[in-house]
Amino acid sequence: MNEPAIQLQDLEVVYRVRGVDRPVLRSLSLTVEKGESYGLVGESGCGKTTAAFTIMRYLPRNGRVVSGSIHADGDDLLAMGEAEVRRLRASTVSMVYQNPGAALNPAIRVGDQIAEVFRLRGHDKGESLDRAQEMLRKVQISDPAGGMRRYPHQLSGGGQQRVVIAMALASDPTLLILDEPTTGLDATVEAEVLDLVAALRQEFGTSVLFISHNLAVIRKMCERVGVLYAGRLVEEGEAETVFTEPRHPYTVGLLRCIPRGGLRKDRDRLDTIPGYLPQLGAHLPGCVFADRCGLVKEICRTDEPPLHPLGNGHSSRCHFHDKAAAVPYTGSSIPAGAAATANGEGLVKLENASKTYSHEGSTVRALVDVDLSIAAGETLGLVGESGCGKTTLARVLLGLTPADEGSIIELDGRRLAARIVKRDAAQVRALQTVFQNPDSALNRRFTVRRIIGRALTKLVGARGEQREQRLREIASSVRFDERLLSARPVQLSGGLKQRVAIGRAFAGEPRVVVCDEPTSALDVSVQAAILNLLADLQAEEGVTYLFISHDLGVVRYLADRIAVLYLGRLMEVGRAEAVFNPPHHPYTEALLSAVPTLEGEERPRIRLEGEIPSASDPPSGCVFHTRCPRYLGAICDEQEPPLAEVERGHFIRCHIPVDELRRIQAEPPPPRVLQPTESNTTS
Amino acid sequence: MTVLEDPTAPIIIPTRDEAKIARRERIRLLMRSPAFVVGLIILAFWIVCAIFGSLIAPQNAQADDILNKLAAPSGDHLFGTDRLGRDVLSRVIEGARTILIMAPLATLLGTIVGTAIGLVTGYYRGAIDEVSMRVVDALLSVPIIITALLAIAAVGTSRLTLILVIGVVFAMIIAKTVRAAVLGERELDYVQAARLRNERSPYIMFVEILPNVMGPIVVEFTVRLGYAIFTIATLAFLGFGADPSIPDWGTDIGEHYSFISAGVWWAVLFPAIAIATLIVAINLIADSIAQTFER
Repeated sequence: MNEPAIQLQDLEVVYRVRGVDRPVLRSLSLTVEKGESYGLVGESGCGKTTAAFTIMRYLPRNGRVVSGSIHADGDDLLAMGEAEVRRLRASTVSMVYQNPGAALNPAIRVGDQIAEVFRLRGHDKGESLDRAQEMLRKVQISDPAGGMRRYPHQLSGGGQQRVVIAMALASDPTLLILDEPTTGLDATVEAEVLDLVAALRQEFGTSVLFISHNLAVIRKMCERVGVLYAGRLVEEGEAETVFTEPRHPYTVGLLRCIPRGGLRKDRDRLDTIPGYLPQLGAHLPGCVFADRCGLVKEICRTDEPPLHPLGNGHSSRCHFHDKAAAVPYTGSSIPAGAAATANGEGLVKLENASKTYSHEGSTVRALVDVDLSIAAGETLGLVGESGCGKTTLARVLLGLTPADEGSIIELDGRRLAARIVKRDAAQVRALQTVFQNPDSALNRRFTVRRIIGRALTKLVGARGEQREQRLREIASSVRFDERLLSARPVQLSGGLKQRVAIGRAFAGEPRVVVCDEPTSALDVSVQAAILNLLADLQAEEGVTYLFISHDLGVVRYLADRIAVLYLGRLMEVGRAEAVFNPPHHPYTEALLSAVPTLEGEERPRIRLEGEIPSASDPPSGCVFHTRCPRYLGAICDEQEPPLAEVERGHFIRCHIPVDELRRIQAEPPPPRVLQPTESNTTS
Repeated sequence: MTVLEDPTAPIIIPTRDEAKIARRERIRLLMRSPAFVVGLIILAFWIVCAIFGSLIAPQNAQADDILNKLAAPSGDHLFGTDRLGRDVLSRVIEGARTILIMAPLATLLGTIVGTAIGLVTGYYRGAIDEVSMRVVDALLSVPIIITALLAIAAVGTSRLTLILVIGVVFAMIIAKTVRAAVLGERELDYVQAARLRNERSPYIMFVEILPNVMGPIVVEFTVRLGYAIFTIATLAFLGFGADPSIPDWGTDIGEHYSFISAGVWWAVLFPAIAIATLIVAINLIADSIAQTFER
């Protein structure tokens, strides 16, 4: 009974690529005790998912366990035959994958999918269905009876993940492996799913192996944490200890990369981790982190450091663990950028900006009467859940999607045509963008030279030697090695690709650059470097940013002012500090409350119930009233509140008077009394 | 506090061109595939016949020898003689030329026109797309042979007519394939980035998008080539060969199949085998190429 839920001992896993065995997990040992929640963190490519697949015995065909052992609840997992492995998956270990949409069978009703797990365990059909419905109730699906009959595509991403969790827990496993379970979800939904996992863990007493690249999520969810780097566990210990007193330079570096609450571009510069993850299967005789470590000495390159015990279960695989906290900063301590001071005339102005899509008779108002102005040299952060109209707003401004009649878009006091083809050359040049996914944004058939060069030719008419000259200048301003100009995107890492995309956006010396989630596809250490670069470029070129992100920490770091969108409507806009501190709109309050912090502080927790209503049928009155944690009463259902200036330059669209907001937001919210709702059938 | 090197210092990548490596890798994979190699050998054999036919052929393929007509295969005529006493072996060898000129030309025409149509309709979507795809569907609902016969009836038979008719019908089919690929590409952000530079639409279609949809186009070309050979041979069989005096497999089969009941199998069987081997060879090549693009 006292066997650990899972115990990995000196596990070595290799992938065979082009006839050569390449190590992926290097002597990995870790133990998850019964009832414990263990977090495994690390950047992409460090072996997290391979560890999970090895435990599930799901290694791809070219993967192989070379040595070491895995014991699940005392049973030797690697010695098991196929039938035993199937039994193990059906009863002892369950896994929840990152993409819930792909984990569910789209052609089978969710009720039947969950019931199947019970059927496998020998229950008869009726009982299985009853139990499946009970599971749906436990994972807090509204209207479990109706939910049973739904197909996966009829559920939202959060709803699908609940169903997957229900299936995983249906077998009452000893160990639940969660592989990035909330990575594709909005912060508000993520918060709900995390709360749910925590609650279910209490109820079922399941051990959890929680895999994530998000340190704050791990901090919130796990008691113990292991930091994985290049397949080796470099630090392990209680979550609180590891995150507050990290003793390995990699952990220290990771923690410094994150733009956490309070860091601002005009005061602080984000630290980064130099270099790159070693190539898959590289021969690393010494410390795996030596090439990127600020403390590296001769011994690090020759001798593999042992896992030094530091007491209380904390251990670090570093020769100089006692100095780890003093790893030199990689960048200078000069602040990355300057706060915009000019509060003069807006460079960009949107008035009554609306966008309506019509589709088969129904109309969707993706953007509704947005009034916004951005001053020269300023960064305006745009936040909101997915589907709130952030990207539509950016496309309308850029002229890629024409705004509705009556929308006014101005640049420098001059009216811009709705469509980009109607704008003049100077206006086209003035507005550029950095896309979210550099793989999609760069033509994979072109070299970097051609990608940036074409922008130069087209936007500023540079040719020949002059163009080559500018090309080199741009490369150096985005810290991109000239020697790589003839490379194609496929040869570059994610961070380098994003630099090329940024270089292209800056080629025509734009006045305004729209950054649409430019770092959400990147690892934290790369994200830090890109954010620094964006701040540097702003300081050098005086460019204006419209910065879209779902990551509030990133927005807070970079933005001077913040606009909050909900269902295409502006709910709040104001200076960054004003928006982040009370009084703020109840929606903003909920967004902020949803984000787990690295400090692990307990904050009043506000959870939004339900999902974003459909934009084709928005709620009456204040569009937020169906989910509002500060719901007042009938007035919210009937009247849309105005966007009122509550302080200088700070606007909030809410019926609650600002003094009242200030007062109530200083204390935790009351539990919301649910109105009788028919949302069960409409979600 | 020490300042380390810029974290953004790039990895030094060998300057070899990745695209070239990829191409070489693809060729290496192809050469390791037995199907491809067999197909290539057979195709090479017929290409040699097409180019040097009259030099290889043991006898004059067009010389009549009425006294010796419909002779069974023998030492003098390995494949026998036809109804005019012409040497079947020589006609099979020289017959490769007609089909190996017409089929690639027709397919190339179809590929070029089809690619252009596919790019335009896939890129613009909307009314152009809607109308042209319905027209294409209507045209494709009629078997290609019927369409070809109608066209020939209207303007008379000639090599050019055959090439044009087959090219146009293939263009429709290829347009659909290319359009589907373009629909996926146009949603990628590099197309938006090009629009943000105010690039003209032709530039976006032919310079930005086209290189990214070359895979399906190459596959479609090889597959269509096989169909073109089959269609041309069928039309020739039906009596719409380009020129009766020039050796042609389809025409020869058409002229002799009525003799089969009289036991004269050789004048039909050998040209039929020739057509079959050529189509099989091209399909082997097409399949192998399609597989390397799927990887």
